[in-house]
Amino acid sequence: MITYLKILIESPEFLAQLLINGFLIGAIFALIAYGLALIWGVMDIINFAQGELVIFGGYITYTLFYQFGIHPILTIPIVAVVLYAYGWAIYKTIIYRLLGQKDIFITILATFGIAILMQQLMQAIFGPDVVTANPELGMQVLFDGKIIIANIQIISFLISLCVGTILFIVMRYSRFGQAIRATSQNSRAARILGIDIDKVYANTFAINAALCGIGGSLVVMIWTIHPFIGLVYTFRSFMIVILAGLGNFAGIIFAGMGVSALENVVGFIIGAEFQAAFIFCLLVIILIVRSARARKKREYIA
Amino acid sequence: MTTKIKLNNLIWLGLPIIVVAPLLLPGYTTLMTYIWVMIVLALTWDMLGGQTGYTSFGNITFFGVGMYVCAVIQRDMFTSGIDRFERVSEIVVSLSASEYFISLGTGALAGGVVAVLLAVILGSGILGMRGHYFAICTLGLGHAAAEIASGIDYIGAGSGMVTPIYPEDVVLGKEIFYFYVFFLLALVTFVVFKKIYKSQFGLALNAIRDNENKAESMGIHTTQYKVAGWSISAFFLAIAGAGVGNVIGFIDPVEIAFAGPTFGVWMIVMAILGGKGTLWGPVVGACVLYLSKEVFWTYLLGWDKVALGLMIVVIVVYFPKGIFGWVEERKQFNKLIMSQKGDGQ
Repeated sequence: MITYLKILIESPEFLAQLLINGFLIGAIFALIAYGLALIWGVMDIINFAQGELVIFGGYITYTLFYQFGIHPILTIPIVAVVLYAYGWAIYKTIIYRLLGQKDIFITILATFGIAILMQQLMQAIFGPDVVTANPELGMQVLFDGKIIIANIQIISFLISLCVGTILFIVMRYSRFGQAIRATSQNSRAARILGIDIDKVYANTFAINAALCGIGGSLVVMIWTIHPFIGLVYTFRSFMIVILAGLGNFAGIIFAGMGVSALENVVGFIIGAEFQAAFIFCLLVIILIVRSARARKKREYIA
Repeated sequence: MTTKIKLNNLIWLGLPIIVVAPLLLPGYTTLMTYIWVMIVLALTWDMLGGQTGYTSFGNITFFGVGMYVCAVIQRDMFTSGIDRFERVSEIVVSLSASEYFISLGTGALAGGVVAVLLAVILGSGILGMRGHYFAICTLGLGHAAAEIASGIDYIGAGSGMVTPIYPEDVVLGKEIFYFYVFFLLALVTFVVFKKIYKSQFGLALNAIRDNENKAESMGIHTTQYKVAGWSISAFFLAIAGAGVGNVIGFIDPVEIAFAGPTFGVWMIVMAILGGKGTLWGPVVGACVLYLSKEVFWTYLLGWDKVALGLMIVVIVVYFPKGIFGWVEERKQFNKLIMSQKGDGQ
């Protein structure tokens, strides 16, 4: 562990490599986290199946790539549409029936059930193996080979930024985005003013699923996925949202990049096998610290 | 009133049958042992999840902690400790009968105490949160515990540990011994929880579930009550974990000790299926779920976990009050009908 720390201190270009990787991938995490922040803010529910939606998107890209020979990058729109429909279906069959509940844990339990169901279904359908859909686009070599960046990372960074920008513009300037924001501010008032709340909720949940799907197909191009890795993405998106706050677009991007870069560096120092442990522990610690700080002011976080 | 007496009679009839059950049905001893385990799991989850209204996804942490603490004490109590260069996962300690039972008892109690300490320390931080944050944090806790346990070499890291072999020169066989141990544990847990729910403490927990802000303004130190409740469930859960480690004979950090997808999910499903927030609900839910799992799920051939996920969703969406909640609703409905009939005459 100390030797790895020494390596980092002695060779700054290595640190730079880790940080750049982290920043580029962080944009994808930010995309997934934005979806979570959206449904959390608008519908006041949290989705434990967030990571499973990501992995599902990844598997669709993988299947289209290997079964039908479609280039992975071109699968992204297909994945987005499929996941949008899937999110809509989940909303209409499950979430819709639970929205009026006083007990918020009921919806959490439902998404928890969906997460388990999706994990197991994906294992049954796609098998438990680790898969990837690397499009082999080559890499950029900078500073005499000291820093190497895969082209797909840059492309996925740009795609995430594009999707994020489009979403930002839609939310800010379109009538539909206005309806979503109005619902998140005060759903009763929005309903009185003639906004179809149910449609807004369904769309929000579906957009979240589509964002997760896009994130997933980018992830499967850069890294590998397997049916049970979804949980890590769920926790990452929670952490980013908790750090940035709801509805804070810039905050989510910076938190996403920061979390991802930190994770890369710490993962290098303590070993890749503890990277997941680091994410889980960091989440618990952040929450406990925030709770303790709120308690001093006689408040609580909820 | 009549139903109450009937139920009590049934229980008094049932107890002797249960006591001789392993002699009558020797082939089903392990199955029945696991039913007691499941009852303990469901009851302890319901203390916070049902009675206090805090759905915890991380109670499995205490289960695993109890299992590991007990296994380490069993390994190190009568031996000189582990060799630095030995592979921990391959150490099998053979103990004499008295050594085995002494170390098991000490280990289980120590596991309970450690779990209580952990619950107090973590609980005072985590139970200050409410709602979404609480759910996320507890889910993270269980997985963090699994990941940490698979990194510690002293407890065998990712390869796990082997619990001591049950001594051969004892009259009671291993299966029957653990059947009675878990029967007693389930009985004690049930009686203790029954007393708790009837006491002022139980009322305070219910008050927190119904309206935490009001409870707080009535002078109940809600966080302290929640921490106390969590500690009590952690104690029994850890003892159950200590026993389960010995029944299985092998501890794996992710698959057995901190097994979120199996024990961790089952305890939630059982409590909700039976009816959360009731005393008998978790017991009934545990029996129904585990028996149906043993009887039917073998036919599902690998799709059993899919069925589990589907079951959670279906129960939550269509049957959120559980079996006991449904019975209670029927009773009230009937009462209403009866009273209306009475008014009419």
